[in-house]
Amino acid sequence: MTLALVLQYVVAGLTYGTIYAVVGVGFNIVYSATGIINFAQGEFVMLGGMTAVTLSAFLPLPVAIALAVLVTMAVGGLVEVAFIRWLHRPSVLRMIVITIGVSLVIREVALHLWGQQVRALPYFTGDEVSALDVGGARVSPQVLWSLGTCLLIVVALWYFFQRTALGRQMRACAQGREAAALCGVPTRNLVTLSFALSAGIGALAGCVVSPITYTSYGIGSGLAIKGFTVAVLGGLGNSFAAVGAGFVVGLLEALSVSLFPAAYKDVVSVGLLLAILFLRPAGLFGSRERARLEGA
Amino acid sequence: MRRRWLRLAGLVAAVVAVHLAAGWAGKPFYLTQLTMAGYYTLVAVGLSLLMGFAGQISMAHAAFFAIGGYVTAVLTTLDLSAGRGRGLAGLLERAGLLVAFRDAAGAGQLALHPWPAAVVAVALAAAVAVAIGVPVLRLKGHYLAMATLGFGTIVIAALVGTERLGAADGLTGVPPFPLAGGLVIGGGRDGRVANYYVAWGLVAAAMWLLGNLVESRVGRALRAIHGAEDAAASMGVDVGRYKLATFVISAALAALGGVGLTHLTGGIGPGEASVMKSVRYVAVVAVGGMGSLWGTLATSALLTFLSLRGTFGTYDDAVFAAILLVVMLFSPDGVLRADLRGAARALWARGRPRPDAEAP
Repeated sequence: MTLALVLQYVVAGLTYGTIYAVVGVGFNIVYSATGIINFAQGEFVMLGGMTAVTLSAFLPLPVAIALAVLVTMAVGGLVEVAFIRWLHRPSVLRMIVITIGVSLVIREVALHLWGQQVRALPYFTGDEVSALDVGGARVSPQVLWSLGTCLLIVVALWYFFQRTALGRQMRACAQGREAAALCGVPTRNLVTLSFALSAGIGALAGCVVSPITYTSYGIGSGLAIKGFTVAVLGGLGNSFAAVGAGFVVGLLEALSVSLFPAAYKDVVSVGLLLAILFLRPAGLFGSRERARLEGA
Repeated sequence: MRRRWLRLAGLVAAVVAVHLAAGWAGKPFYLTQLTMAGYYTLVAVGLSLLMGFAGQISMAHAAFFAIGGYVTAVLTTLDLSAGRGRGLAGLLERAGLLVAFRDAAGAGQLALHPWPAAVVAVALAAAVAVAIGVPVLRLKGHYLAMATLGFGTIVIAALVGTERLGAADGLTGVPPFPLAGGLVIGGGRDGRVANYYVAWGLVAAAMWLLGNLVESRVGRALRAIHGAEDAAASMGVDVGRYKLATFVISAALAALGGVGLTHLTGGIGPGEASVMKSVRYVAVVAVGGMGSLWGTLATSALLTFLSLRGTFGTYDDAVFAAILLVVMLFSPDGVLRADLRGAARALWARGRPRPDAEAP
């Protein structure tokens, strides 16, 4: 393998890594606030991409994407209000089944709205064939858009969680819901916000990568598994470690394509998930969730 | 104990009554769909054991079903006549495990008898379940769900991506399964009634075995785990081992269902392994009540039959998803144990703390 070829795989890995990272961060935001693994996380990516494609038919691209993100955030918030908020101390099993149900309902609605067709947004700059030359590898400008957006999301989230009052309240809520509530933090609304936030970043990522990876009604469950692998690899509840883990999974997957048939691409990430769960359930980077994790 | 015999007798009576009713109504072809529903019901009751007693959810039961079906399909159609009298094939032939048959083109073939093929299929599914269960079952609920979801997507990708397994078309030309005494699974319309009784006989046998299990020492341990895992562990119940055993048993039952359906219809396609299929089994169990084997049996027979008849049209998957969601929201113990007033109260109170909190 030449250096240029390796570089080409790395670029592909980073592109997919972006979306895995963002889905992984989304899992973590909701998990930190609620202890719930939201199986509908991948559906938000699909919903964002599909809505933006539809809106872009009659709106300028940036407006269409902004609206799609807002719509998906609203759906995320609604999901929490309609299906989760009013349940009293639901069991883990019940929460899993409910979020799986939600993901399927979203998926079926998308199937009936948009059909089975594969769609994509236009390239933000240039077109399918325009490429930059980086060390012999050809890099689409859209890859830079994806990486840039991922970076932007991470920085914005960091700022939000560390520097704003609302973000601090959310962190307080994640550390101890009762204690936060006693301090006057509106924990219930923050849980809704956590769903909307994770939906929003998923939707944004879904829009940005759609020119390269395409989007269709059924991509959600696959993304959910990858995103979950990423979240566990980084350490569940450890938001920013998920970004690094996302790129690790993306790179491993891209390199695996050069070794095995493409059909076995998913085997790599699921094998990785099982291996992590077996060897290091607290994740590569560790997490304070360890006690909660192994409390079963 | 007596109650279980009564229920089994009730099941047999219901199976016979449905047979007579279908004949009387002049719709004997309903029996074919009911036979298929029987094999799917095997999957559902196994999953009910896992969800209700081990508190775990598997999103890969369709994949285990497909493993059973594909393994038996491959083994019973693999032509061994080239290796006749030599090596492994010769050994199998001397042991009487091979059968000669003619394929669609009329060429003479020699392949493994369905009995050993079925044993291998079920054993393989069980082995896979062990491989997934050992790393995952030490951890909390969502890990098995996610790991099995991942495993399910691998299986379907592998099936579609493997030419030898018929890729997107699946495998056909699987011979009928001669059980014993002239009873055969498969073999077209002549065997419709016999097939119907074989399938539901298998379901009855599974119910009897699961019933025994649930009422045994193992069953008491499982119930203790369901009630309070930590308490059970402190009483010396090896929680992880029982969870693993439950998972493996339910995967094996799913594979058995796959073996039966594949011989019945003479083929299997990758659609049987889809995640949506797995979710349907979960939905059926949720409606029937987790851990309520008889409730699961009833809802599985009914919903699967309606679905196979095409009652729900293009909304087939959506109906199952919606049922799943509604049941889990309003009546997580199944529709037979619905607490509608409690659910309405909770909805009304919008989650304000209630004194009669449900157990976590």
